[in-house]
Amino acid sequence: MSQPIDQFAARLPADKRASVYQSTKTTHEKRTRLLFDQFGDPDRLRHLAGEIKQHAIENLDTYLPQVEQRLRASGAQVHWASTGQAACEAVLRIMRDRGATRMVKAKTMVSEEIELARFLEGHGLEAVETDLGEFIVQIDDDHPSHIVRPIIHKNRREIATSFEREGLGAYNDDPATITRRARHHLRHKYLAADVGLTGANFVSAESGRIVLVTNEGNSRFCLAATRCHIVLVGIEKIVPRDRDLAVLLNLLGRSGTAQDLTVYTEFIGGPRRAGQPDGPEEMHVIFVDNGRTEVLASDCREILRCIRCGACLNVCPIYRQASGHAYRSVYPGPVGAVLSPLLMGERFPQKADLPKASSLCGACHEVCPVNIPIPDLLLRLRARAKEENVPSPGSPPMGPWALLAAQPAVWKAALAGGRIINHLPVKLIPVPALQAWAAKRTLPEWRGGEFRKWMKARKRPSA
Amino acid sequence: MLNAERAPVTGRKVQLMATCLCDAFYDDVAAATVEVLEHLGVEVVFPEGQTCCGQPAFNGGDWAASRKVVRHTVRTFAGEEPVVIPSASCAAMMFHGAVLEFEREPDAAEVGALGRRTWELADFIVNGLGVKSWPGRYEARVALHRSCHSRGTETVPAAQALLGSIAGLSLVEFGEAEQCCGFGGTFAVTFPHLSAKMGELKLEHVRAVAPDEYVSPDMSCLMHLGGLAQAEGKPIRTRHLAQVLRDALKGGPRG
Ligand code: SF4
Repeated sequence: MSQPIDQFAARLPADKRASVYQSTKTTHEKRTRLLFDQFGDPDRLRHLAGEIKQHAIENLDTYLPQVEQRLRASGAQVHWASTGQAACEAVLRIMRDRGATRMVKAKTMVSEEIELARFLEGHGLEAVETDLGEFIVQIDDDHPSHIVRPIIHKNRREIATSFEREGLGAYNDDPATITRRARHHLRHKYLAADVGLTGANFVSAESGRIVLVTNEGNSRFCLAATRCHIVLVGIEKIVPRDRDLAVLLNLLGRSGTAQDLTVYTEFIGGPRRAGQPDGPEEMHVIFVDNGRTEVLASDCREILRCIRCGACLNVCPIYRQASGHAYRSVYPGPVGAVLSPLLMGERFPQKADLPKASSLCGACHEVCPVNIPIPDLLLRLRARAKEENVPSPGSPPMGPWALLAAQPAVWKAALAGGRIINHLPVKLIPVPALQAWAAKRTLPEWRGGEFRKWMKARKRPSA
Repeated sequence: MLNAERAPVTGRKVQLMATCLCDAFYDDVAAATVEVLEHLGVEVVFPEGQTCCGQPAFNGGDWAASRKVVRHTVRTFAGEEPVVIPSASCAAMMFHGAVLEFEREPDAAEVGALGRRTWELADFIVNGLGVKSWPGRYEARVALHRSCHSRGTETVPAAQALLGSIAGLSLVEFGEAEQCCGFGGTFAVTFPHLSAKMGELKLEHVRAVAPDEYVSPDMSCLMHLGGLAQAEGKPIRTRHLAQVLRDALKGGPRG
């Protein structure tokens, strides 16, 4: 039996695979060209960015109090949420206190992680996604399949059908029309909203500035039209100083979407101050833990450096073939194969198969703008799954092999004995791994021990 | 770099780690490795007790089983000489993987020391011995496979330098060369669909440039790709780098 992600990939319709493959490949190739054309040594920049983020996550005990103080000084209110539930409730409280019923939302992965929109809808409040991709995910009651491009798995015909169903106009799959219709629809939502919610790509501990990058400008609309700005942010998004942003922003746009810089980069220094013409009068920053301190205490803490650029998804041969939904998680691909099981806490075994969905090729590590050694972390999680005795379908048992490989005399006997595979049809050999191998591939001839004979005959005595 | 802290090569004697795949299937590759090294005036010792580098269990998450095998390997390859391996994957296991799984073990230092004197073959020739070009003749258009475990090492540039300097040999580039072929050890059998898909994509790119030979520093990838191509009824000619270097000394492709 093969692993769940393999089975998902085998069932994936060819057109879905083709659209995921094509757009990830294109973005990846553009990214690589851009970085190597513009920087003499992009690898050094990646290492530097990795060191900055590693320093930040290892010193959160210094930086979090510092950022809280800066934010309060700027007039923002700060909330701490240890779980997703607590974060959802904090948002609900802020809205209720203001008598607010309608929220417009920019794209934030942490709100997906804590399922905020569903929670608010459950309490009779409206929460409208304003990022085009997230908006389509929302009307389809679907899930994002990529952390930067949520609808990478959908083609425009599907989108046009959804728009027609939602009463956004007669079927038309022209991308410009789709965008115009969404814009028109959302404009009314912005004007009617009482609260705007965004994430944060970075928060500077030095200045308390919230940094937001987008390409659609929808986060600006969220803030322009509402009186109350809620920022939902994972505690790992802190950077020590404003100038660290020079390194990180230079890498984020290029790595994520192959742009020098995203179309919009906002630095938000607090709510509207006296004398300022516009901006929300109230600002709340909710820092979300939701399992992150546990990750920080684990031997996989490097994953908290992640700046959610999506480059590791784009380059990953498994992601390209299987698509994001194969990972059953808000965070798919290589980063998700590490982060998603870790964020499960006690329920780690439910996602312990994710770290196995990798040939350990290392392409993710090579592109990661914060140099996260993803393959090493995947391996550590595999070791953890083994220690916790999580069953792993199709994995050959390693105990017998280790017994062989630790005893040279037995090993040599096996080398001679292996010849039997040359004389038996593979179908008759009851070894599942061999069957799985031979389903699509021929086996080479067994020549166990031949080299040793050759070496002996050539020169004696050998050591 | 993954293997940046290696001890410099001083003597002219090495220990050969042939790899379990060559031990079981590809004896000619191990023999070619010996001949290539001897051509360079290097004395090759083959420690008889050797088995496997321990990678299958390491990748499978069974680190206790893997460490047993690595400890055996550390004992088997005692000494000071460089250990040369005709595989980027097994070499990376020795200087990176084993180090990772021994982080909290009392004998981590011994494992680290073995890693620092372990070399993949092409890297050893070019960066260990300082040999920058290869003599002989080899009339062929060759496409070079990038083994994934050579990422972050000097193996690919070294292999390119050696192959590119051989008279008659031309290197041909192909699409998405940096993408994995889908072998991945036990991945090939636990994710058979994905593994085959990745392999088919690689074969498509390679066939598009129609090289005479597909050459790799690792047999494992070739076992997968060659087996896949053969089962499709459209075999490709695969060679290990060591075979090409040896055969160049003898005048050209054979076998
Ligand atoms: S792990 Fe690295 S490459 Fe992947 S999304 Fe995060 S920052 Fe980007």
